[in-house]
Amino acid sequence: MDEGRKIGEVILDLKNISLRFGGVNALTDISFDVRQHEIRAIIGPNGAGKSSMLNVINGVYRPQEGEIVYLGKHRHDMDTYEAAKSGIARTFQNIALFKGMTVLDNIMTGRNLKMKSNFLLDALYWGPAQREEIAHRRKVEEIIDFLEIQHIRKTPVGRLPYGLQKRVELARALAAEPSILLLDEPMAGMNVEEKQDMCRFILDVNDQLGTTIVLIEHDMGVVMDISDRVVVLDYGRKIADGTPDEVRSNQDVIDAYLGVAH
Amino acid sequence: MSDTVRLQSLSTFPQLLMHHARARPNHPATREKYLGIWQTWSWSQVAEEVRAMASGLAEIGFKRGDNLAIIGDNRPHLYWAMCAAQCLGGVPVPLYQDAVAAEMVFVLQDAGIKFAIVEDQEQVDKLLENMAECPNLQHILYDDPRGLRHYNQPFLHGLDEVQEMGRIHNRNHPEFIDGEIALGRPGDVSVMLYTSGTTGKPKGVCQTQASFIEAARIGCEFDKLGPDDNILSYLPMAWVGDHLFSFAQATYAGFTINCPESGDTVMTDMREIGPSFYFSPPRVFENLLTQVMIRMEDAGALKRNMFHYFMEVARRCGAEILDGKPVSRGDRLLYALGTLLVYGPLRNVLGMSRIRVAYTAGAAIGPDLFRFYRSIGINLKQLYGSTETCAAVCLQPDGQIKFDTVGPPAPGVEVKIADDGEVLVRGQVMLKEYYKRPEDTAEVIDDQGYFHTGDAGFFDEDGHLKIIDRAKDVGKLAGGAMYAPNYIENKLKFFSHIKEAVAFGDRKDEVCAFINIDMGAVGNWAERRNIAYSGYTDLALKPEVCELIRECVEKANADLAHDAMLSASQVHRFLILHKELDPDDDELTRTRKVRRGFIAEKYAVLIDALYSGKTSQFIETEVKFEDGRKGKVSADLRIMEAKTFPPRAATKAA
Repeated sequence: MDEGRKIGEVILDLKNISLRFGGVNALTDISFDVRQHEIRAIIGPNGAGKSSMLNVINGVYRPQEGEIVYLGKHRHDMDTYEAAKSGIARTFQNIALFKGMTVLDNIMTGRNLKMKSNFLLDALYWGPAQREEIAHRRKVEEIIDFLEIQHIRKTPVGRLPYGLQKRVELARALAAEPSILLLDEPMAGMNVEEKQDMCRFILDVNDQLGTTIVLIEHDMGVVMDISDRVVVLDYGRKIADGTPDEVRSNQDVIDAYLGVAH
Repeated sequence: MSDTVRLQSLSTFPQLLMHHARARPNHPATREKYLGIWQTWSWSQVAEEVRAMASGLAEIGFKRGDNLAIIGDNRPHLYWAMCAAQCLGGVPVPLYQDAVAAEMVFVLQDAGIKFAIVEDQEQVDKLLENMAECPNLQHILYDDPRGLRHYNQPFLHGLDEVQEMGRIHNRNHPEFIDGEIALGRPGDVSVMLYTSGTTGKPKGVCQTQASFIEAARIGCEFDKLGPDDNILSYLPMAWVGDHLFSFAQATYAGFTINCPESGDTVMTDMREIGPSFYFSPPRVFENLLTQVMIRMEDAGALKRNMFHYFMEVARRCGAEILDGKPVSRGDRLLYALGTLLVYGPLRNVLGMSRIRVAYTAGAAIGPDLFRFYRSIGINLKQLYGSTETCAAVCLQPDGQIKFDTVGPPAPGVEVKIADDGEVLVRGQVMLKEYYKRPEDTAEVIDDQGYFHTGDAGFFDEDGHLKIIDRAKDVGKLAGGAMYAPNYIENKLKFFSHIKEAVAFGDRKDEVCAFINIDMGAVGNWAERRNIAYSGYTDLALKPEVCELIRECVEKANADLAHDAMLSASQVHRFLILHKELDPDDDELTRTRKVRRGFIAEKYAVLIDALYSGKTSQFIETEVKFEDGRKGKVSADLRIMEAKTFPPRAATKAA
C-alpha cells in the first residue's frame, strides 16, 4: 500500500541518550534514529521511559548525556522553542487544549509560530494583518477538512467527547505544518471505531502531507499495523529496534511484555 | 412569462440546463460549502462543467443507453454527473451511499452498470471489494482524490482528469456535445431510481425525461417556484424526493441548490443559507422537534414558561392565521407578541426564517407534529407520491391544509380509488417500466393505464385524498374492526420518547406493539431523574422507562378511542425492544420504514409472548455492523399492559 511513499534519509539521530531524575535513571544510553517520511513507534511497558524519550526530542527534558543530531545539526539537547520552530510538533498523553476556546481557535494557536505581523499591524487589522489572517484561516480550514471535524468547528473544546478532543489536538499539531510529528498515545482510551479513524488519519497525514511520525502507543495491533519501524524500551533501556516483524519475534520483547518465569 | 413558454418547449434536462446557461448565465446554480466558505457556480459554469464531464465520459467509452451509477453524498459534481449522463442519452442510477457493499452489488448487477461515478475512497473501496461480482463494471470515477493516491488500477480515474479530457475534446469538436444533446427525446429514460425494497428486492424504476419534467413543472407552477428560490440538498440522492427537488425542479425553474459541508453540519448550513423551499421526510421534522423540546426542558424556568405559554397560543390560532382564517383580535395580538419572543427566534434556530414552502412526504406525518410547524408560521405542506409517480400525485394548496389528508390530485394527474380501497394513478408522471421486469410492470399498471400504488385511501368531502396505510398492511382484527398498523404506529411515534413502533394485530383479538425508545429524549429524561444507564439496552429495560412509555401508549389509546373506525385498535400490551431497529439488520428500509413482516418473523418469540400473557421474555439477537462484523445483544424484556378506553363514538364495546 505504501509503494509511493519513499522513506528517506535519517533526519533525527539520537545517540547514547541518558536522562536521570536524581537517583532515578529514566533513560539509559539509548540510541535510535528516525528517517524522513517513516512512521516510527516507541513501545514498552508502563514506566519504560517512552514519554521521557519524546520529551527529550522536543526539548522539555535535557538529557545528562548523549547527542541529538537533527537535520544535520549536532547538539547536546533541544530547546522547546527551537524544536517547534524547526518543525517538531507534538500531542500530549493527557489532552492539553484550551477547554474554553472553540476548536477553530485552538487549531489557530497552532499557527502561532507562522504568524509574522507584529502587534501594531494586528491592532490596525486592515491590510497585511487581515491578509495573513485569511491565509492562516484557510490553512486551518484545510486541516479541519482533512480531519473531518467541520461539524464541531465552533464548539468549545471542553464540550467535546474524548475521542474528538484527541483529534483536535492532532489538528493543532498539524497546523504548525511540522516535519516531525510526535504523538503521545494518540489512541489511549478510544473505542475500536475511534481507533480505526485515528489510524486512518495518522496514515493519511504521513502519506499525503509527507510528515514523519514518531508515536507512542500501547495497542500492539495498531503499532504493528501502521509503523515502519519499532523501538522497544524497558526500564529506560532499549531492548529491541527493527521492523514490526523483527520486534514481534524478539525474545527480550516477549519477556518484557509477558513476564519471565522465575 | 415568455420564460415559462420557452421552458415548456424544452424536452430534456440537458436542454433546460443549456437554456439557463444562456438565459441567466451569472445566476447561482449550485453552492457547496468547502473549507468553511460557500463556493458558488453560476449556470454558465455548471453548463461548462457538465459539458466537460459528458465529453470526458464519451471519451472513455460511455454510450447512449448506458447506465451510470452515482454513489455519494450530495456533492455538486454528482448532480452534474446526472446531467452529463443525460447529455449523452445515458441513464444516471443514483445509489444509497450508506448501503453496505452487498446491497450495492445487487443494484450494480441488476442495472448492468459499466460506469460508476463515486464520491470518495470509501465508495471506491466498496466497489473494488466487489469487482469480482460485477463483471460489467469497467470504469470507476472518483470526485475526491484523498487517500486514493496509491490506487493504481487502470480503470480508476479522477473525475477532474476525465473532465480535462472532455475539455480538450470539446475544444477540438465544439459541436459534439450540442449534437448529442439535440438527440435527446422526451421519451428517453432520464433516471433510474431503485425502490427502497419495503417488499422484497429493490426494483429499478425507469422514469422518462417527460415524466420528471412534468412533475417538476407541476410543482414549480403550483408553488410559484422561480430562479430566486434556494433549497438545501441534503437527502440521499437516490431518493425520488431529492431527485425531484434538487435536480428536476432546480433544473426546470433554475433555482439554486446548496450542498452542505457534511452530513453532520446540515443544521448549521441550513441556518447559514436560509432556504426558501425545504423538503424533508417526517422523520427529520420529528428529530428537529425532539431536539427543540429537549433543549427547552434544559432551559431556565422563565424561558421554559414563556415557550410553553406561547406554544399554547400558537396551538390555538397559529395554523388559522397562516391559512388566513378569521381569528379574534386578542389572539392575533398575542400571536404577534409570540412571533417576536418565541416563534421568530425558533424559526431562526431551525434555519427556517425564509421558508416560503416546506413539504414533507415519504411517510404519514403525525397530525400533532404537522400542526406544530404550521402553528409557528412555517408553511409546511404534505404531498403524496412515490418513486413510480415522481413523487407528484397530490399536493396541498396554500390555505386548504388539512392535517390528515394529502390534498387534492395535482393538476394533470388523475386519481381513482379502486373497489378495495387502493389508490390508482394515471398521468404523465407515471413510470415507464421497472427495469428488465416486464411481469412486475404488468402487475402494477393495469390495462386502462392506471398505476396501482399499493396504498389504501379515500377522498374526503372536499376531494382531498386521505391515505390510511399500505393496502396490503390494512387488515382486520378478529372482531371484524378495521386495523391499520401504520396509523397506530404514527400515533405512538409522535411522542418524543418513542422513536419507532411496530404494531401487530391482523386477525388477532387485540393490538400489541414493539417500541423503540428515542435514545436522545429518554436519555435526557433519565439523566434529569438521576437514573444511571450504560447504553440503549440498559436504558430500555429500566422500570421507570417502561412506566414512561406506558403513559405514552395510554395517551395514544385515549386518542384512538375518539375515532369510530379505529377505536378497537387500541394497544393492549407492548414491550420495549432491546436493540434499535436498524437498516443494517434489514429491519428498516434505507428510507427507514419498518419492514413489518421481517420483524414479525425475526422476533416471533416476542410476539408469542405478547399474546400469551407472559410478563417477561428472554431474547438474544445478532446485530450486524456496517463493516460486516457481527455481535450479539441479549436481554430479558418486560411485557407491559396498557389501559384501554371505551370508544367515545357509539359503537360496540371493545
